[in-house]
Amino acid sequence: MLRFIGKRLWDGGLTLAALVTLTFFVMRLAPGGPFSRSRKISPEVLANIQAAFHLDEPVWKQFARYVWGLLHLDLGPSTRFRDYSVSDLILSGLPYSLTIGFWAVVVASLVGVSLGIIGALRRNQPADYLAGLIGVVGIAVPIFVIGPLCQLVFGLKLGWLPVGGSGQGWRSLVLPVLVLSLPNIAYISRLTRSSMIETLRENYVRTARAKGLGGGRVLRVHVLRGALLPVVAYLGPATAAIITGSILIETVFAVPGIGRHFVDAALNRDYPLVMGITLLYGALLIFFNIGTDLLRGWMDPRLRHGR
Amino acid sequence: MAVERPLSTFQLQLRRFAQNRLAMLSVFVLALIVLACFFGPYAFPFDGEEADFDYIGAPIDFSSPHLFGTDDFGRDLLVRVLEGGQVSLTIGFLGALTAGGIGVLYGAIAGYVGGRLDGLMMRCIEILYGFPYVILVILLSLLFGGGNVALFAAIVFTLWLTPAVIVRAQAQSLAQREFVQAARAGGMTGPAIVLQHIVPNCMSTVIVYGSLLVPEVILSESFLSFLGIGIKEPQASWGNLIQTGTSAMDTDLRLLLLPGALLVAVLLCLNFIADGLRDAFDPNDR
Repeated sequence: MLRFIGKRLWDGGLTLAALVTLTFFVMRLAPGGPFSRSRKISPEVLANIQAAFHLDEPVWKQFARYVWGLLHLDLGPSTRFRDYSVSDLILSGLPYSLTIGFWAVVVASLVGVSLGIIGALRRNQPADYLAGLIGVVGIAVPIFVIGPLCQLVFGLKLGWLPVGGSGQGWRSLVLPVLVLSLPNIAYISRLTRSSMIETLRENYVRTARAKGLGGGRVLRVHVLRGALLPVVAYLGPATAAIITGSILIETVFAVPGIGRHFVDAALNRDYPLVMGITLLYGALLIFFNIGTDLLRGWMDPRLRHGR
Repeated sequence: MAVERPLSTFQLQLRRFAQNRLAMLSVFVLALIVLACFFGPYAFPFDGEEADFDYIGAPIDFSSPHLFGTDDFGRDLLVRVLEGGQVSLTIGFLGALTAGGIGVLYGAIAGYVGGRLDGLMMRCIEILYGFPYVILVILLSLLFGGGNVALFAAIVFTLWLTPAVIVRAQAQSLAQREFVQAARAGGMTGPAIVLQHIVPNCMSTVIVYGSLLVPEVILSESFLSFLGIGIKEPQASWGNLIQTGTSAMDTDLRLLLLPGALLVAVLLCLNFIADGLRDAFDPNDR
């Protein structure tokens, strides 16, 4: 067990190292720099600014400096927002992003699993078709189409919920969370439905019934446990989907989270901020993938002893 | 009297696909949209980047030359949406084809050769899988400086991984089969075996997963253009048209609805087709 976690952490570290290296050099190779877009400044001033951010040094030296900083948990200063360090900016945006992401996962899991179970138990009946329809819509209608439409209907026309921003407590969370959970509801309900149908045919389910267990108990204890395994396995990739989605959600709903920061930073060539957020996303992804694997091992004895 | 030849597996699969009504309807609708996007603009005397100062922000009016009206610059909305469709669809299909091609070759080589090389190649994939996908696309499209080619390269670079993993698993089992051993004994070289025996035998899996790549690429393209990173004005793409539509939606919904509806229709069709292909080609799933 410990060996497994150790190996995964080591792999994760390698991935992060590759990510840092690749991102760093990609950013430096890209045309334009952090200060090439701002108003005309005299060459002397520009040289001074560049020197202050060590942008005049050779690239390998900048890289060494960055890695050295990282080892001391220092992500460096932002080149765009003067007097803010990258850590400040990330810490100010992270709560918004995490809140939306967390609730989106909760809503997506609850609704998705329920829809999938209904679909599997009432196969080819109206309820199944309805669940299937929601699944199709969630996959085929992109967030940046349904999001603005929801804003228009619930925000502008009906006036029930704020159109965007973060000023109104839970009310400003409702739309972003619902829209972000929609594609995940779709995936999770499809997964649950198909794995539930498969599990219902398993021998151990038949055995449980043959032992005389009640239908409800078989369903809760035996079927659900087996059927939820692929869903749990999806939670790792779901993190990636939530990250992708949150970038869009924060743009559409004007939420000051890190997703919005990332896009702005990339457009403004704010190298340290881009690096910092990339690292954070990479670490989150790795963390959730390891967590997912551990959870699966705990739920499914076949995975633990299989290999 | 003609002797009826028994159908090949591939023909049987195609026949099974053709019996799927939803999938066939999707093929039909998709074909219509593709034709409209590529030939429709020729039916109008202006192109999508031309401003018509007599009709600025014109509403839907089927009796005027601009059927679905114009945008704030007097550019014809319908023509812009169709031209945007050309960009999105081209990137979608070419991107999926290229990513699929790279993935198939990579996976086939790794699976067939096996051993150290396989370990190394899979290791690279594992590391790339750990990357947050959007971040990579955004960074790469910035690196290439925006525009069609950049976007295309960035999307392909991030999407070839899954086909590679799937094909590699198949190639591994194929490499042990008798006909491959026979080919090797007969003196066929490695590259020739990979291209003539391994790759063709992976095709049905590749078609199934490749069909899922197309909507993914189209979605990535419009997603990036929506954020202002991909295709930029004045060139139209569904992503940046939707973005423009969003900013004017409380007064004029058609700017959002027309490109949005087409994008959704294409994504729906592609998903139904992919489902149909999976049902027809993958015997494990029934």
